[in-house]
Amino acid sequence: MRLTQGTFSFLPDLTDDQIRAQVEHCLAQGWAISLEHTDDPHPRNTYWEMYGPPMFDLRDAAGVMTDVAAARSRFPDRYLKLNAFDSSHGVESIRLSFIINRPRHEPGMALVRQEAAGRAIRYTTRTYATDRPEGERYT
Amino acid sequence: MTLPDQPALDLDAALAATGIEAMLATLDEELVGLVPVKTRIREIAALLLVEKLRRDVGLTAGAPSLHMSFTGNPGTGKTTVAFRMAQILHGLGYSRKGHLVAVTRDDLVGQYIGHTAPKTKEVLKRAMGGVLFIDEAYFLYRPENERDYGQEAIEILLQVMENQREDLVVILAGYGDRMARFFESNPGMSSRVAHHIDFPDYTPDELHAIALLMLGRLDYRLSPDGDTALVEYIARRRERPSFANARSIRNALDRARLRQANRLYRQRGVPLTRDALMTIEAADIRASRVFDEPGGGEEETG
Repeated sequence: MRLTQGTFSFLPDLTDDQIRAQVEHCLAQGWAISLEHTDDPHPRNTYWEMYGPPMFDLRDAAGVMTDVAAARSRFPDRYLKLNAFDSSHGVESIRLSFIINRPRHEPGMALVRQEAAGRAIRYTTRTYATDRPEGERYT
Repeated sequence: MTLPDQPALDLDAALAATGIEAMLATLDEELVGLVPVKTRIREIAALLLVEKLRRDVGLTAGAPSLHMSFTGNPGTGKTTVAFRMAQILHGLGYSRKGHLVAVTRDDLVGQYIGHTAPKTKEVLKRAMGGVLFIDEAYFLYRPENERDYGQEAIEILLQVMENQREDLVVILAGYGDRMARFFESNPGMSSRVAHHIDFPDYTPDELHAIALLMLGRLDYRLSPDGDTALVEYIARRRERPSFANARSIRNALDRARLRQANRLYRQRGVPLTRDALMTIEAADIRASRVFDEPGGGEEETG
């Protein structure tokens, strides 16, 4: 099951040239780029690990693309996303965020039904990948 | 194989499209002297333009190595020329953004194990698409301490200088003799730097012209006596051990402006003219310590 989240979740994965163009746009707006990775694809997992500190004061996408390549070769089997942070007053938040790397095989999620008191049913999503311990999930 | 006949390429049009001539003209205008430097810049610009044309018509054109070293005494215009170089490379399309990131050892080398690599990489990322200017580059290499982290920074630099030539141009700058020693002990660095440009010291006449240019930009002028005083000042200042070419002249002019302001302040009551506000008199220059002590004395306050 292909995980989708972030700004371009409705599009196929961006090519490197498209990523570069997005980064150029972000830098032109004065946003700082950062990279994050995780092997826990649950949609409620908002705390991804940082890949290096955020990149401030960049002028050209080449620096980001160097890091993207490094992060992909370091974590080929993890989800990797690129965030653009807008520090301007009143925003101070992520403006744009999209997935730039994913494991080759994505096992997806299961819907778990819990029979509660009476005839009530509680639903929860469980990711197959997280059955295994951290670091062994996509090997 | 002969190439099919083609309309002759218009070098002039290509030249005009880059705006390079205008940039070189302002370089000539705003920088006094430095003839060998300007000649080298023109040569490099010509090479890059021809390479660009070659690429346009489909001839082989490997990304030329653009890393440079600027050597010369303090105050000879290395940083200023580096800024111009970044603009020229941008105009010719060899630098995507044309900005200059000026750093020294402290910006590249860390304080403890594992600190240097991220620091150097961060600076490199900031400089990508432009020019990285490393002032006093020889401080990166400290042969007396074999565990010095500078070596790590040099290795990362070398890697990027080699593999990402189209992303980044590195300019190493510093005093001539120490740079020569730095290149001797780092052959890897030496072989990756294609252009060595030496900045000569300014002659007294050039320093005088620089002073007039600086004053003109600030809307000041010298009285005729002041002009003679300045010529004398330059001759004396050049003999001092801490003489730093144009930088010394700029400092001297700053101090002359201070004295002029003080002089005008003391003459309160006398109606002040626009002319008086603009003019630096001989007294403002002759008050300098350079005149009353034939040697010694405090250097940078002179």
